[in-house]
Amino acid sequence: MMAYVMRRVLYAIPIALGVSIVCFSLVYLAPGDPLQTLLPEDASAETIEIVKKAYGLDQPLPMQYLIWLGRAITGDLGMSIATGRQVSGEILKALSNTIILSVGAITLSFSLAFGLGIMAGYLHGRWTDRLLTGLAVVGVSVPNYWLGIVLVIIFSVEYQLLPATGMGPGGSGTFNLLDPAHLKHLMLPVVTLSLIPMGIITRTARAAVAEALNQDFVQTLRAKGLREWAVATHVVRNALPQVLAVMGLQFGYLLGGSILVETIFTWPGTGFLLNKAILTRDIPVLQGTILVLAIFFVVTNLMVDLLQTAVDPRMQRR
Amino acid sequence: MLHSVAEASATSPLDAPIEASIKTRGYWQTVGYRLRYDYLTLSFGVIVLLLILSAVFAPLLAPADPYQTSLIYRLKPFGYKDFLLGTDELGRDMLSRLLYGGRMSLSMGILPVLTATCIGGLLGIVAGYAGGAINMAIMRTMDVFYAFPSILLAVAISGAMGGGMVNGMVSLTLIFIPPLCRVAETATTQVRNLDFVEAARASGARAFNIIGHHILGNVLGPVFVYASSLVSVSIIIASGLSFLGLGVEPPMPDWGLMLNTLRQAIYINPALAALPGVLIFVTSICFNLLSDGLRTAMDVRLA
Repeated sequence: MMAYVMRRVLYAIPIALGVSIVCFSLVYLAPGDPLQTLLPEDASAETIEIVKKAYGLDQPLPMQYLIWLGRAITGDLGMSIATGRQVSGEILKALSNTIILSVGAITLSFSLAFGLGIMAGYLHGRWTDRLLTGLAVVGVSVPNYWLGIVLVIIFSVEYQLLPATGMGPGGSGTFNLLDPAHLKHLMLPVVTLSLIPMGIITRTARAAVAEALNQDFVQTLRAKGLREWAVATHVVRNALPQVLAVMGLQFGYLLGGSILVETIFTWPGTGFLLNKAILTRDIPVLQGTILVLAIFFVVTNLMVDLLQTAVDPRMQRR
Repeated sequence: MLHSVAEASATSPLDAPIEASIKTRGYWQTVGYRLRYDYLTLSFGVIVLLLILSAVFAPLLAPADPYQTSLIYRLKPFGYKDFLLGTDELGRDMLSRLLYGGRMSLSMGILPVLTATCIGGLLGIVAGYAGGAINMAIMRTMDVFYAFPSILLAVAISGAMGGGMVNGMVSLTLIFIPPLCRVAETATTQVRNLDFVEAARASGARAFNIIGHHILGNVLGPVFVYASSLVSVSIIIASGLSFLGLGVEPPMPDWGLMLNTLRQAIYINPALAALPGVLIFVTSICFNLLSDGLRTAMDVRLA
């Protein structure tokens, strides 16, 4: 088991390196010189040289990458061109806000979806199952930014129950989870974000439970006289690895894909930061945010993989 | 030996025409047969066809010019004068905008998936057939791109390249290549190790012929089904990119872009603001259910 864990961790390292290379080279996809964003057009040749040296842009590309990587590992992701502040500080603040949102969405969607999926798996073929499957398909197909707008229309415009934007009456600095006024700001974004994961996890759980119910051991356990809820525990345990894998993927998706929902609700998270960075062509922030989010995703996948093997040792790969 | 006219005209069992004793159906015929009686999937296919046709024939169907602005008739409700679905925030007819917008949204949904299927499928088949070092090289590179959440990568590539429709399509193609490559590689690996491929290679068939004749038929099925499920994802992500201002640029009509620009209309005419999203939703769900039906029809494991 330990050997497998070590192997998986070691395997994740070249992936992380590859991810960092992709993040770094994203900048060079941009048309034009990175220098254009820093300097006015009529800057003299000497100024250009000085700025080039200061940002390390006069070095060959692989060298620039290694310097950037070295700094990134120690936590220094450079300075934002737009605001002049440390990139890592901004990312940390934004990440904490996004995590609040993601954890909320996860709690809501995972618990609900797993329960509904188990129910649908047990009631396979009946109208409840069809209804839940239909709802799951709807959940997967709906564009979540549109759903956010519709929810805002219903709850903020028509009935004025919940606030439309923002993270709290005092801004993100004063966010307090136990304060109901702040919780109201949390509700709409969380519901919007949780819809797609709910759809996917319900479908996966339903398929996994239905598959597990078809196996021989269920019949054996029932024949031996085990009570139904105890049999259900075994069924759920068999269905768990598949569902965990999808849950892990969805967590990564929630972190990286929250950009649209955060834009609608003006939630100051990493998605919002990314949006601003793209608009202002703030390259250090862009590189840093994507790197942090992608590494998070790699680590999450690793955790999910290890968790899967812990729950069901048959799933060890390679 | 013929003994009489009567015998000559009598048909003996030996003279009976040779018929196949078992009527067999090929794979694709089975798929067609299953689809013919799957009324649900057929109806979704019809809806998808109607959507595509309405987009293709938008110039003929649209009642007004989608770029014609008007300062007086802004954000008018449904059925106001000639405007069947009202007007948007610049006074343009919504129905025409939606029809023309369908062209953008559908092409940004279908074209990247098509391109990615060709490229990813090719890479996957090469990786699966060659095996060894080439397989490792291709699949590890794909793993690196797999490590990104797709929307993040699409936004990042699109944003880095500077937005615009072409860049949006390029970034969408790039994010769909890894999963399609993986599906193709899995299918190819499964077939490649079977005996008849060994026999073909032993008999001297060239790799090109083996791939074209044996492997392609087995790979196309799973790849096609997966690609059709990607179309709805592509439409949603493409509209999302336009929503963020990274895809289609104004004044071109596009459902995602319209969702963004109509946000200010929420307090005046909420139904109008939600309308483009309804179309995205309907298109996406129809493609989803169509691909589900196709998957059931093409499943080898069902009787």
